[in-house]
Amino acid sequence: MIRFDEVSKVYSRGARPALDGIDVEIERGDFVFLVGSSGSGKSTFLKLILREERATSGDVWVAGRQLNRLSNWRVPQLRREIGAVFQDFRLLPNKTVYQNVAFALEVIGKSRREVKATVPEMLELVGLAGKERRFPHELSGGEQQRVAIARAFVNHPPILLCDEPTGNLDPGTSVGIMRLLDRINRTGTTVLMATHDDEIVDQMRKRVIELKGGRLVRDQDRGVYGLETV
Amino acid sequence: MRLRFVAGEVWNGLRRNSTMALSVALVTFVSLTFVGAAALTQMQVQQLKDAWYGQVEVSIFLCQPGAFEDNCAEGPVTTVQQDEILEVLEEGNVSDLVQSVYVETREEVYENIVEADDTGVYSHVEPEDFAPVLRIKLHDPEQFQVVADATAGLPGVQSVYDQREVFQDLFSLLNSATILAAVLAGVMMLTAVLLITTTIRLSALSRKRETNIMRMVGASRSLIQAPFMLEGAVAATGGAILAIAGLWFAVRYFVEGWLTGSIPWVDYISSDDVWAVAPWLILAAVGLALIASLFTLKRYTRV
Repeated sequence: MIRFDEVSKVYSRGARPALDGIDVEIERGDFVFLVGSSGSGKSTFLKLILREERATSGDVWVAGRQLNRLSNWRVPQLRREIGAVFQDFRLLPNKTVYQNVAFALEVIGKSRREVKATVPEMLELVGLAGKERRFPHELSGGEQQRVAIARAFVNHPPILLCDEPTGNLDPGTSVGIMRLLDRINRTGTTVLMATHDDEIVDQMRKRVIELKGGRLVRDQDRGVYGLETV
Repeated sequence: MRLRFVAGEVWNGLRRNSTMALSVALVTFVSLTFVGAAALTQMQVQQLKDAWYGQVEVSIFLCQPGAFEDNCAEGPVTTVQQDEILEVLEEGNVSDLVQSVYVETREEVYENIVEADDTGVYSHVEPEDFAPVLRIKLHDPEQFQVVADATAGLPGVQSVYDQREVFQDLFSLLNSATILAAVLAGVMMLTAVLLITTTIRLSALSRKRETNIMRMVGASRSLIQAPFMLEGAVAATGGAILAIAGLWFAVRYFVEGWLTGSIPWVDYISSDDVWAVAPWLILAAVGLALIASLFTLKRYTRV
């Protein structure tokens, strides 16, 4: 589903590479934690998958597409196959919960009927049924993140990228979010989650990819957050 | 669905950025008023030219008794000389420029002069004191000089006179007015482009969150840009409509209402002429906004 072949990314000439010779493959339906300290290259890794950045060398493959050769006008098509969730939720403050989720479908041209049928279903899945008319500021952090997940997943993309989705949430709420992501993963969706949350990584015991200074230093099935601390 | 979506976004954008939309509309209004005024002035000049040039004639005064011009040294024009001159006009090199030639006989010249004379100065002259005058209508009065050059040196020609010269100063004044209005229009258009660019840039920046989300969920670049472009176009069209209304009122009440009454001998443009200019002004407004936004948005709504 996602494959990096000897991928390096250098932002400016002469600078240290943000990613350095990464070789990794993530299969369909995998749940993978991407860990590493700040500046280790996690964000660059996700940006390359979303084609927000292009690799300096090597090949990035996502959902059968070679991203280095993907023309700009095909990028939107790629992004429709990737849901993205961020630490800061990125909701539209002047739209209701329903409108925020519907927005993702409207911009890709889904019919009104489809939107009406899909959005309530998705809100039900993320546990926000009955809160359709609330605005983001009327929701707790956990609920806002659920809206963001609903928006990312409403189109049923095969890949879900999560960049520190629990970074702004308390541990109790984080558990709820992780249950939701696990549930989505069980539908066959590949979930790739960048995180600093060691408790969650340790509890879930999923595959862990660790980056350090732009290099892949660990790729472990059923791993924990930091090997040296175990 | 996307059409509804884009329309909704445009409406929301205009509502939220109403001050910006208003400023775009106003600057477009002012600049297009200048553009329209320049166009209407040019139309007025053309109309005057058509009306007056259609009536003006080139007059060839033939040598009359006592004329002291070199060409007339041999005395008054003879019938042979007159026929030769007519031949040049009707069958010579300039014949294709000449629409018609009317020979005003010395009796007619005499009558016209005596009729117009209320001072009594000409009371003691006789028709024999005059020579015939050739009144020539040209297909294109601008070609006066060619006809003058071809005839001025001919034996029997005392002088060639073009009535067009009377209007020349007025036309150059009106032409200068058109150029001035066009230059001002150009400056105003540039101002409009810059303001629209800045406004759309601010609008794109203020909606960065929205466009980022659109990008993230796979909206195409055209869908991301369309609302901004349309917002600019709608605001600019509003400005164009104001400009058209302004020009219409100016022509209706100043030209038709006042000038026609005060200086009635001039053939003026009418408010109908404003409608002829109107579609071009709207087209200019939309083009202005689309071009300005296309350049701006390339940078601010990347995929």
